[in-house]
Amino acid sequence: MKFKALTAAVAIVALPVTVLADPDDDKLIINGEIEMISVTKAPEHVENLDTIYSGWHFRTDETQALQIDDFDNPAMIFVDQAADIYETVDGAAGKSCASCHDAVESFAGLHAQMPKVDPETGKLVVMEDLINECRTERMEADAWKWSGADMQGMVALIGLQSRGMPMNVAIDGPAAPYWEQGKEMYYTRYGQLELSCANCHEENYGNMIRADHLSQGMINGFPTYRLKQAKLISRHNRFRGCIRDTRAETFAEGSDEFRALELYVASRGNGLSVETPAVRQ
Amino acid sequence: MTNALKLGLAGMLCASAAMAGEIKPKDVSFSDGAIEQSLTGAPGDPEKGAMIVGDKSMGNCVACHQVSALADVPFQGEVGPPLDGAGDRWTEAELRGLVANAKMTFEGTVMPAFYKVDGFIRPGDAYTGKAPSGPIEPILSAQDVEDVVAFLMTLKEE
Ligand code: HEC
Ligand code: HEC
Ligand code: HEC
Repeated sequence: MKFKALTAAVAIVALPVTVLADPDDDKLIINGEIEMISVTKAPEHVENLDTIYSGWHFRTDETQALQIDDFDNPAMIFVDQAADIYETVDGAAGKSCASCHDAVESFAGLHAQMPKVDPETGKLVVMEDLINECRTERMEADAWKWSGADMQGMVALIGLQSRGMPMNVAIDGPAAPYWEQGKEMYYTRYGQLELSCANCHEENYGNMIRADHLSQGMINGFPTYRLKQAKLISRHNRFRGCIRDTRAETFAEGSDEFRALELYVASRGNGLSVETPAVRQ
Repeated sequence: MTNALKLGLAGMLCASAAMAGEIKPKDVSFSDGAIEQSLTGAPGDPEKGAMIVGDKSMGNCVACHQVSALADVPFQGEVGPPLDGAGDRWTEAELRGLVANAKMTFEGTVMPAFYKVDGFIRPGDAYTGKAPSGPIEPILSAQDVEDVVAFLMTLKEE
């Protein structure tokens, strides 16, 4: 075996590469006033990281700039649309969200704790589940498509009410088995390329993979606005894409597997500010 | 379309039509990570190999490795070490083993196995995200592997 040769090879590149490689030191302050925790000590249950970083630190200055002022943030159009929908009657029951709920600000803090276990059913639920439950059971309206603009706009609007608050999902008690399942998935090397989330986002964050600067794969910014797709992207859509890119058979958006993975990935970001709607390349 | 690219596409189409006398992925024997015997018996073409190393839809080795000899290929990654000088560091047999299944040399490595067809968890139908519709083909054909090895052998430090 040639481990020595390899170390030598690594040493040669170490110099030119480090400049690009690290997450940058910029500070994320939104609208000149909301100071975001975008770098912090890793929670204890994240064994292989000392420090956790928002994906914002791995983006170019141009992309970063779009997120620091809501007037420049292209996602805000979708959030504004969701605010209108919040007041709009839909479904056979003749109700809008606002018919039953106080102003959307009343959801402050909810996003930071999602996903969570429904105490009645014992099932793990994510924000999309809570919203669709109201739509189908309480409004007698059609369920929204998981990654559709209506749904992700509403998820972002509700999430925005918690912007700046540190993520703090529960991983113990009834959440524990789901968290274990998600963790197992995170370290599973899927597909013909045999790559786990950890291979890219834990072992190689800061490195370039082809044209992409690898982040820690955090979800505190989701739904995020992707410039490439010009729309809000759901967490499950991102997971699906990352697994597909390992030449694997992926899981479905809204599957129990992705709910569990979402809980685990969210918990890796416990302590980072809720950032939605973040802007990514 | 450039000639090099046409050749490459032709090569890709052959990937499934196994040639006679070729060693199949399941029959490859490794010794200490290396594969002594050529997978095809035919010599590798380093120019084709260079194309495979740089091409996104084939080896895509530059997704993870920098290769100075392929300076015209944009966006070279840094997940793995630069391949410059690989031809000095390794023998041909070792390089063949590395390309076919680097996990036989570096246990648990991030580097994918390019000439392997089983032992995967939820393998898909290429990059569609769907389940495979037939038997899984290796990412590179036997001749592709030989071409890549021939190219790697040309990477010597000046
Ligand atoms: C007919 C009344 C009604 C309508 C209309 C309604 N909801 Fe609800 N919603 C409820 C009730 C009741 C609950 C459960 C009470 C609770 O747990 O706080 C709830 C719970 C929720 C929750 C979870 C709150 C939590 O803390 O877990 C969210 C999020 C939510 N609704 C969003 C919406 C949205 C968005 C709409 C419009 C698309 C909407 N709701 C429409 C009655 C309604
Ligand atoms: C082959 C490498 C690779 C693997 C494996 C991989 N990803 Fe990614 N992922 C990327 C790249 C590249 C990006 C875009 C750049 C970035 O933000 O890291 C990305 C982005 C993300 C993002 C968006 C981060 C942000 O701040 O916008 C999340 C979340 C994510 N990945 C989660 C996952 C999860 C969960 C898994 C495992 C199921 C996974 N990824 C597997 C390469 C990978
Ligand atoms: C997903 C990333 C990835 C891809 C794609 C990849 N490699 Fe690697 N490769 C690595 C890593 C990481 C190592 C370092 C071995 C280790 O310690 O895990 C490596 C090591 C090597 C080495 C030995 C290092 C040396 O001394 O030069 C060679 C040769 C090599 N790779 C060739 C290739 C070729 C050829 C391809 C394309 C057919 C390829 N790699 C594709 C990640 C990758």
